Amino acid sequence: MTHKTVRIGGLTRVEGEGGLVVHARDGRITGLELRIYEPPRFFEALLRGRGHTEPPDITARICGICPVAYQMSACQAIEAACGAEVTGPLRDLRLLLYYGEWIESHALHVYLLHAPDFLGYDSGIALAADRRDLVERGLALKKAGNELIAVIGGRPIHPVNVRVGGFYRVPARAELAPVAERLRRARDDALATVAWVAGFDFPDVEHDYRFLALSHPEEYAILSGGVATGDGRGTPEGFAVEDWPEHVIEEQVPHSTALHARLDGESGYLVGALARYALNAARLSPLAREAAAAAGLGPVCRNPFRAIVVRAVEIVHACDEALRILDGYTEPDRPSVPVEPRPGVGHGASEAPRGTLYHRYRLDEDGLVAEADIVPPTAQNQARIEEDLRDLLAPRLAPGLDPPETELAALCERAIRNHDPCISCSAHFLDFRLDRG
Amino acid sequence: MDEQAPRLAVWKFASCDGCQLTLLDCEDELLSVAARLEIAYFLEASSAPGPGPYDLSLVEGSITTPEDLERIRHVRRVSRRLVTIGACATAGGVQALRDFAGVKEFASVVYARPDYIATLDRSTPISAHVPVDFELRGCPIDRRQLLEVISAFLAGRRPVVPAHSVCVECKARGNVCVMVAHGTPCLGPVTQAGCGALCPSFNRGCYGCFGPMESPNAAGLNHWLRGLGMSTPELVRIYRTYHATTEPFQRAAEEAEEHG
Repeated sequence: MTHKTVRIGGLTRVEGEGGLVVHARDGRITGLELRIYEPPRFFEALLRGRGHTEPPDITARICGICPVAYQMSACQAIEAACGAEVTGPLRDLRLLLYYGEWIESHALHVYLLHAPDFLGYDSGIALAADRRDLVERGLALKKAGNELIAVIGGRPIHPVNVRVGGFYRVPARAELAPVAERLRRARDDALATVAWVAGFDFPDVEHDYRFLALSHPEEYAILSGGVATGDGRGTPEGFAVEDWPEHVIEEQVPHSTALHARLDGESGYLVGALARYALNAARLSPLAREAAAAAGLGPVCRNPFRAIVVRAVEIVHACDEALRILDGYTEPDRPSVPVEPRPGVGHGASEAPRGTLYHRYRLDEDGLVAEADIVPPTAQNQARIEEDLRDLLAPRLAPGLDPPETELAALCERAIRNHDPCISCSAHFLDFRLDRG
Repeated sequence: MDEQAPRLAVWKFASCDGCQLTLLDCEDELLSVAARLEIAYFLEASSAPGPGPYDLSLVEGSITTPEDLERIRHVRRVSRRLVTIGACATAGGVQALRDFAGVKEFASVVYARPDYIATLDRSTPISAHVPVDFELRGCPIDRRQLLEVISAFLAGRRPVVPAHSVCVECKARGNVCVMVAHGTPCLGPVTQAGCGALCPSFNRGCYGCFGPMESPNAAGLNHWLRGLGMSTPELVRIYRTYHATTEPFQRAAEEAEEHG
């Protein structure tokens, strides 16, 4: 049993400290390692023996930037193990909470972490010295997301109001009214954001990605759905979340505390905004679809530098859908459904801002966690990010070319940030080493 | 910006990033804070770190690897004032649960090749290794308390952060006591204030994410919690979560085991 968990399992940093080592010989890349040396925290091990009610709060602590994603994947996995399901207005409240996290996380990435790359600044704060109006718009957007999380969850980081089966208390309609007001302004700001970032100067790069994202018949999947895979041409393939362990295998590599994931035996598939957009764009809200068309995105975007545009479109969608739910909100008649623990296995997956986040739990006869398995988005994207970097560096390392290392390092940092792998990783890429032999 | 502006650094050890994110979550204050001090080292926010020394270092995360043991000593050397932010830096965090199980076993559960993983046996707070000027509690820290700490250090005074229990905050908010009124188990009586009594405001019992208050009466609370139907393993687990290795919560868990 232990053996099985070891093979599939492996919790890694969602956000982490990293470095990059590239080996090149005679203008050819002979080795490239994206190093993640974030100290391991062993969540899958420390969850063993905990009560079935505990994983949502404990796994939230894996990531301070996307705790709601962890709470939602954990709740759904445990509910599945116990044969319970959260539907109707309670599910709508979960969606609302999740849209808040998307708005907050995407606004942070777009304005404070990613946009400075395109405009030649070291940080959002440096950008604010010249363009305070822009950064203030980003902070207002982020705040709208955080307020939505706080009104439902209690606080933006590690919300306290989420439980297996639903919530501890549901908000009254009157509590939500001021948030709706702010979200209406946020939606306008989000539209302006799409128009702004669509005008950036993008490197002319396309990769032939294999995408993976949840897919839902009626929604641009965020909270739940089946798993869809494809390259953006033709009909996507798919499998059910409970079949995840048969399709996705994680393996350990020596240079990283994050595990590398393989999909049906192949490494290097992509999760996150580009994957969601490629597989689900038709189910964006009409306003978000219009914004995407006006930004010239097309049905599939294979240029990772333009992921900033897709994230901006997803902010529009999140504001739009949150407002739709808020406008029709009536207080659910009870804050949660009963979830009686029973021995068994449950799987849950949702779309964290950075990509698909999968949880699996096995509960024992006492309702305690016997095994936990968590596959975060960054583990899935790590191999693909390495391939992006190879594709980007190969032509620049050709014999006769000798670009300065600082320039290459800056380009690599940008290429990594494209995938929003994690907040500290996103700006922490100073340890660039190039060995030309 | 004034050339003499105090220089701020933000450091990360084993953690979730949530406490340093709290600084960026000060949406209304971020740009005015940035105008009053130089954010010299903050990798989460900037790709242009400036060299030390720093007037104020905020430290997130616990010490879990041999490298980090060295790095925290360096951070101390280059920092005039060092403030820990959050449960990991102040108390070892949820990852300190390894202390009760053995890190070798933990590593073999998660990794096929645990020999690739360099890690220490225990997850320890910053104060176990270097002198700390102030410890800010919370998992995560509270935004308003963080702003108070930064303002206090800019003004050269001690931060005003209450040491009383969550119960006081509940009273101040006018909350109905969830334990008395609903029979919901609550760690509020033994937990330090700071969150604004969030959980009871959502009809939930406090789960102790700000850690133990000064000299709590956990034995008395345990008696009451048992009366509300909590089993011994449940009692042990609730203390052994985010501040498991703090002395008062260790003792509370042991007391629960002894009387179980």
